[in-house]
Amino acid sequence: MLDITSKPLVEITGMCKWYGEFSALHDINLSVHEGEKVVVCGPSGSGKSTMIRCINQLEAHQKGTISVNGAEVSPDMKNIEQIRREVGMVFQSFNLFPHMTILDNLTLGPMRNRGVSRADATDLAMHYLERVHIAQQAEKYPPQLSGGQQQRVAIARSLCMKPKVMLFDEPTSALDPEMIAGVLDVMIELAEEGMTMIVVTHEMGFARKVADRVVFMDEGEIIEVAEPEEFFNNPQSDRAQLFLSQLLGH
Amino acid sequence: MDRNAPPPKPPKKRLTLVDYILFGSVAALVIFSGYRVNDVLVYNWEWSRVLNFVVRVDDETGQYFTNLLVRGLETTLRLAVWGTILATIIGVVMGYWRTCENLTLRIISRCYVELIRNIPPVVFIFIFFFFISSQIFPAIGLDDVDPDAAVFANPVFHFLFGDPRLLSNFLAGLLCLAMFEGAYVTEIVRAGIQAVPKGQWEAARAIGLSPIRVLGDIILPQALRKILPPLAGQFITLIKDSAIVSLISIQELTFMATEVAATTTKVFETWILVGGMYFILCYSFAVLFAWLERQAARSRR
Repeated sequence: MLDITSKPLVEITGMCKWYGEFSALHDINLSVHEGEKVVVCGPSGSGKSTMIRCINQLEAHQKGTISVNGAEVSPDMKNIEQIRREVGMVFQSFNLFPHMTILDNLTLGPMRNRGVSRADATDLAMHYLERVHIAQQAEKYPPQLSGGQQQRVAIARSLCMKPKVMLFDEPTSALDPEMIAGVLDVMIELAEEGMTMIVVTHEMGFARKVADRVVFMDEGEIIEVAEPEEFFNNPQSDRAQLFLSQLLGH
Repeated sequence: MDRNAPPPKPPKKRLTLVDYILFGSVAALVIFSGYRVNDVLVYNWEWSRVLNFVVRVDDETGQYFTNLLVRGLETTLRLAVWGTILATIIGVVMGYWRTCENLTLRIISRCYVELIRNIPPVVFIFIFFFFISSQIFPAIGLDDVDPDAAVFANPVFHFLFGDPRLLSNFLAGLLCLAMFEGAYVTEIVRAGIQAVPKGQWEAARAIGLSPIRVLGDIILPQALRKILPPLAGQFITLIKDSAIVSLISIQELTFMATEVAATTTKVFETWILVGGMYFILCYSFAVLFAWLERQAARSRR
């Protein structure tokens, strides 16, 4: 199913990051191949979000290397936009642009970064809006949509850039319970189409269903990497056992 | 209870006894002041002499000419419009620099703001004026322009910048005013930029926008909507502050009024008239900005 012999799409080696004196990430090593789905979990403050935010350099790392699609990503690089077009990102708080219509939210990236014409960008945007089942809202403004709808728009906005890999930073954590399923369905469809995904989430059902590997982090380190069944049924480290018991214990 | 019953009517707002007493007191105060000026001061009102400086009638031909005060008002209007444009440009650039990570840009903009905010406007304008009028303008040859050259001697130029013979005078006043007001606009813009949530920057970067696009497409449009009310207030302040440049002999409304008051010795009439002119000017801008705010609020919905 997965071609592990190919060059990884995202490769992180020996990556470290500090906030002032505080060591936020320590010696992170992770390879993600094309088509692979990786779920990252762990207690809050364990560095999950920071790690994936380093991949598109929303946060700068200080040691080690990150490469995306063969190109090394560094804090002082020029044309970081070239990398970011390959890496889609979905945020916990959606971060749609509230002063633009849904359609303009989607067409902006392709028009500005990829130089796509407005007509083509609109076609592209409508295509992805249909995929996230929200095409009839294209002319509305983000605050007029529910949280779940906004998050689906945010996913469509990232897809419009035709990224090679999608990063999800706790995409369902800010949603009301009845909105979560719709967003997860879109993510599952995306996974089934073969998108490479790195997902920070506490949705263990999603992890079991979709993930090829689960990465467990604590205190800025990767503690355990395993297939989902293996990780949930038979966690190796004490910390993973504790985390899972707290997550599933009630 | 019937769910479809109409809601109870709100109580009618009526003026109470207290309101009538307040109105009465204010009216009494106005009448008393008028009485003092009229009877005790024995002031001889002569509005026509001052109004002559608004519009003058040529006795022989019967034609009307606009006079000093209208010309002053025109200059004040030019100062207001160009000053607003320049102060906005300065304010947006400096305001953005205030929020930059680059230390040099932050130091430059910080120094600019602190320098101007902590010197009285009059003092700043004296220093800055003598610097530009004695150093900068001669250096770029502005003092030697030929007012009859085709560029200057046409109605469009005259409409935009006034009399070409007074160009360096006008520009000096304009630059002083814009530099001064720009510092306050800078702080408003900075506050607006900082009020845009961090997630907006991140989302804009994440879809691969270049830094200039992030600012122009995402941050500034949102910041501008947030700062429209304080910005409107600042622009009205700019119009009123333009009176200060009369001190460096810029021939705007206050400068002209000083001349008229001196020539006619009709001090009250002159300044009441000029006060009315400023009020109409500023209030028109206030109404315009209130309308703009409503438009911005509507487009958000």
